[in-house]
Amino acid sequence: PPAHSRSDWIGPPDKHSNLRPVVFYVPPEESALERRLREARQEAQASNQRFWARHNRAFRQEKEEFIYSRLKAKGLEMRDESGQKATLNAEEMADFYKDFLSKNFKKHLQYNRDWYKRNFRITFLMGQVALVRALRWLRRRKKNVEQ
Amino acid sequence: GLFVWRLRNTGVRQIPYRFVHLYHIANDRLITFQYFNFLKRMYVTQYNKDLSQRAKPKSDSIVSPFHELQQLDHEKKVVHKISPVSPVHQLWSETSNGNELREVKSATEIEDSVVPVGAESKEDGQWKEMKLRLDDLPGILARLSKIKLTALVVSTASAGFAMAPVPFELTCFLLASLGTGLASCAANSINQFFEVPFDSNMNRTKNRPLVRGQISPLLAVCFAAACGVPGIALLTLGVNPLTGALGAFNIFLYTCCYTPLKRMSIANTWVGAVVGAIPPIMGWTAATGSLDAGALLLGGILYSWQFPHFNALSWGLREDYSRGGYCMMSVTHPGLCRRVALRHCLALIGLSTVAPVLDITTWTFPVISLPINLYISYLGFRFYRDADRSSSRKLFFCSLWHLPMLLLVMFTCKKSVLEKEDKGDLPGRSRERAMEIRLP
Repeated sequence: PPAHSRSDWIGPPDKHSNLRPVVFYVPPEESALERRLREARQEAQASNQRFWARHNRAFRQEKEEFIYSRLKAKGLEMRDESGQKATLNAEEMADFYKDFLSKNFKKHLQYNRDWYKRNFRITFLMGQVALVRALRWLRRRKKNVEQ
Repeated sequence: GLFVWRLRNTGVRQIPYRFVHLYHIANDRLITFQYFNFLKRMYVTQYNKDLSQRAKPKSDSIVSPFHELQQLDHEKKVVHKISPVSPVHQLWSETSNGNELREVKSATEIEDSVVPVGAESKEDGQWKEMKLRLDDLPGILARLSKIKLTALVVSTASAGFAMAPVPFELTCFLLASLGTGLASCAANSINQFFEVPFDSNMNRTKNRPLVRGQISPLLAVCFAAACGVPGIALLTLGVNPLTGALGAFNIFLYTCCYTPLKRMSIANTWVGAVVGAIPPIMGWTAATGSLDAGALLLGGILYSWQFPHFNALSWGLREDYSRGGYCMMSVTHPGLCRRVALRHCLALIGLSTVAPVLDITTWTFPVISLPINLYISYLGFRFYRDADRSSSRKLFFCSLWHLPMLLLVMFTCKKSVLEKEDKGDLPGRSRERAMEIRLP
């Protein structure tokens, strides 16, 4: 994002977490409330990034291991003659999906709670900031009209 | 890039115009065949879009889903294979429910890295300023409110209204449709507000406005309030309190029950089916002002329809659901998933037979609808027995045309109000109104 910009910038999805990173603009006259909001958003972003990057990496890894073990059980290699990666069809993968989901169930419950709390808090702070800005703007307008 | 944005914007505006135009036609001859064709076409474009998202190629879970209902961007994509579409949640639940369809290939694993073709991927790779532009806003809000899914929800509510055994009142119909549409927009927006990190991780939903940062969560919530409050107020004051209460309850059910439940238990599918069943009930209560057996029957038909629709769709989305942490029958209880789908296909036959008993339709309805109900039950049985991609796809696609066709047949077999009038049930004043409902 350009240095002179006065707004936040959002980037392409991260390779591991699939979340889009945001670069936050810090205005020189940032109020305490605005700072709380920005920090909450940064913290949520970091936490989400950590969770999903780790989770997706674990998924990919466990999937590879599952495919490998199943192929070995069938007596096949990871790559066939043409060099193509050997795969299992959807029905065989279904066991893995079911297993993965139940293994991570508690982790997801915890993450959901955290995410909902953070989301509500950030949105509430955004509301407060917007209200303060609107009042400030109205006050300024009133002053201009009076002058 | 600019060209794509222009097309996108004009596309979104076209739909409401087309819709209004069709409502005018509907006034003359109530719901016409063109109307249902329009619905089918919308279904198709909706699904095509979802399909083109991946080389493999739903909607979201329920009804909604169905959801899904994705955006116009994908229309330009080259990948097209199919035809049918999904839902809503469909209606609401459907909408939320899966709307995608994947291209079935045995080597699905390899295709993880396939990226959607077209302008999307180019825009995806760039950093964007998080500043709201006013001329983008209509498109963004349309996507936020899942406008196509909303349109489908409104059409099921209209079906409920049309089937009610009372003279057709235009203002009531329009108010009920508008109120239902606004309520649906509100519910869909809140759903997206809750699901940002999960949507980012699923192929079907990764291009939603909140995920892409095109709109702030605060604005999404304000928009939801701006739609929901007037919508429910319109239903309560402009139609009747019962319809308003049902609308409010449905919003609550979808946002506070179904959405969190998706990640906690497979019971979410049943809740979502109820969400999809309520709009036709709302249409009926808007017309008659009371919850009759007829309303519950129509709701029951939509409730049962959700299961073959969603379960078949979710069969192809198991990987995304597993990774995303969604508790769906197709992942955790695959046998149950198929059994339930078949069970409800058969229930549709039963429900269609009950309709004439309740005096809603003539006895021709179960007779005419039997072939289509038997066909979907046959596909449901094949899905139950084979449990593979091709049978799930067939069942899903069938569900897409099955519902509009069933509702259309139901409407054409509707018991004429005139017949009831001859028996002295209705006051004479409604005679001229009753003429409008004369069936072809």
